[in-house]
Amino acid sequence: MSAVLRVVQAGPGVTLQDAGRWGYLRYGVTQAGPMDSLAHEFANRMVGNEAGAPALEISIGGLDVMVEEGALELCIVAPGFRVSRDGGALPPSCLVTLAPGEKLSVRAGESGAWAYLAPAGAVDAEPELGSLSMHVRTGVGGAGIKPGDRLHISAPRAGAAEARALAAFRAPSDAPIRIVAGPQDDYFDAANFSCFLEGPWRVAARSDRMAYALEGPRLEHAKGFNIVSDGIALGAIQVPGDGWPFVQMADRAPTGGYPKIGTVIAADLGRLAQMRPGARLSFQAVAVDEAVAAWRQARAFMETAGLAPQGAGQLTSEALLSRNLVGGVVSAHGAPE
Amino acid sequence: MAKENAYRLLNAGERALVVEFGSTVDPGINGQVLALDAAFVAARIEGVRETVPTYRSLMIHYDPLVISRDKLVARIAEFEAAHPQAPKPQARWTFPCCYDPAIAEDIAELAALVKLDVAEAARIHTSGAYRAYMYGFAPGYCYLGGLPRELAVSRRATVRSPTPENAVLVGGGLSLVATFSMPTGWYVAGRTPERMFAPHRARPFLVDVGDELRFEAIDAQTFAALDLRAQKGETVAWREALA
Repeated sequence: MSAVLRVVQAGPGVTLQDAGRWGYLRYGVTQAGPMDSLAHEFANRMVGNEAGAPALEISIGGLDVMVEEGALELCIVAPGFRVSRDGGALPPSCLVTLAPGEKLSVRAGESGAWAYLAPAGAVDAEPELGSLSMHVRTGVGGAGIKPGDRLHISAPRAGAAEARALAAFRAPSDAPIRIVAGPQDDYFDAANFSCFLEGPWRVAARSDRMAYALEGPRLEHAKGFNIVSDGIALGAIQVPGDGWPFVQMADRAPTGGYPKIGTVIAADLGRLAQMRPGARLSFQAVAVDEAVAAWRQARAFMETAGLAPQGAGQLTSEALLSRNLVGGVVSAHGAPE
Repeated sequence: MAKENAYRLLNAGERALVVEFGSTVDPGINGQVLALDAAFVAARIEGVRETVPTYRSLMIHYDPLVISRDKLVARIAEFEAAHPQAPKPQARWTFPCCYDPAIAEDIAELAALVKLDVAEAARIHTSGAYRAYMYGFAPGYCYLGGLPRELAVSRRATVRSPTPENAVLVGGGLSLVATFSMPTGWYVAGRTPERMFAPHRARPFLVDVGDELRFEAIDAQTFAALDLRAQKGETVAWREALA
């Protein structure tokens, strides 16, 4: 038994992502993986998949999919996006089962840069270097989702026809993005480091899955801007010669030769990833312990969100309601929330 | 007197730690990096996700909810106290390389920069005894040390258009064997028919970091013939095992 999810329309930047390609950074292979790993994991857990199962990552270019064979439950986590089924609006984050021939559309809305669509079941595809994550720039794992693509879903599960809204898993926040200083914060004097924290920074239009470019005050290096290449961690903030930082995201190169003034903490990476060009932000430096505590808290929430009945494949709305994750039930031909 | 392995610990966020042995391209420093890397790979420590050796430092990607930074730092100190030996180079590779200006797009420009003719620049590039220091930037991009001084030029002020595939590049006093077609600030000194990265080969990444490497000049006709064989999956570089 399998289901087929056919891609009807896909904007640029739509990819399939699992938890990322681990173990090959030492060979220059980009890790890839979701831009907002918590949103990706939330979608998988809500639909009863393993955390880190492959799911579609949808850019602001949008996506239309149709189920070709069998009914298939999908979890859409798309805060700020517009989601609809055959033209009828759905909550931006919901569980919904598509009948054959029904079309689901995800379009950019007021906010949000990356949305996730997790099918209930296993995406049947051959991993490359241990992962299904697509790195478009090199084609490792595939060159991106295109109209006409068919995703074969083995052991598909179906749920209720009516869409069930999911409560937001991340509270909206205008708080500064937290960073840990280093590894090359000593390439900047105290005045420039403060200037870096305060900004304010604006996400530049040239931002993509590789890096978010920031525009604002120009930072000056105290010891030049060329270093002998070293490793680049997820969230590392490189400052090249022009003094404008760029935050290294999922598709970053594993090594690089510009000083890295700080690294965005894991708990805040998704919030940064969801900012669109033009968004404004500043940074706050925290100690490693504080960063770990914030990550522990984010993980703890996610682990509880994953308390799906084993093998049941879908969460009952009662179970979700009892844990305050379902905001409401929307009828099949439903009105907007 | 045994030289003390001095190192600095630098935070790369709360999920990666940099062990920095120096700030230059030097076989001794790189040897220390590779020695610690080998110790981590062998120890398979729970919570250590992946280590990335570079010219001068080791980046350790870890899960702080499984192993704390303090415990990780203690393991590093423990490994370093045992003075780990840099793994001996396993192999000496000879890479065929074509320096014909029709294929080696920037060899004439490079030769002019260092005031040599093309043939002499190519001869000097083949005279180098190189060492694979690290992979980085893109899959299979293998960074080499050992470029003869005569060819040491700065990187380009502006990035050039994407190189042909499997380009042999020179820039910033170093050489590198590339794989994919990418824009670069380096000069295309030659092209090898060999694939440093072939995803479906039993050995997707051909060379081990620490291996020795040389280039042997081939003409355009030989390049075309070897490129065809490499395309079919044959390894056309020559590997000599070192004791």
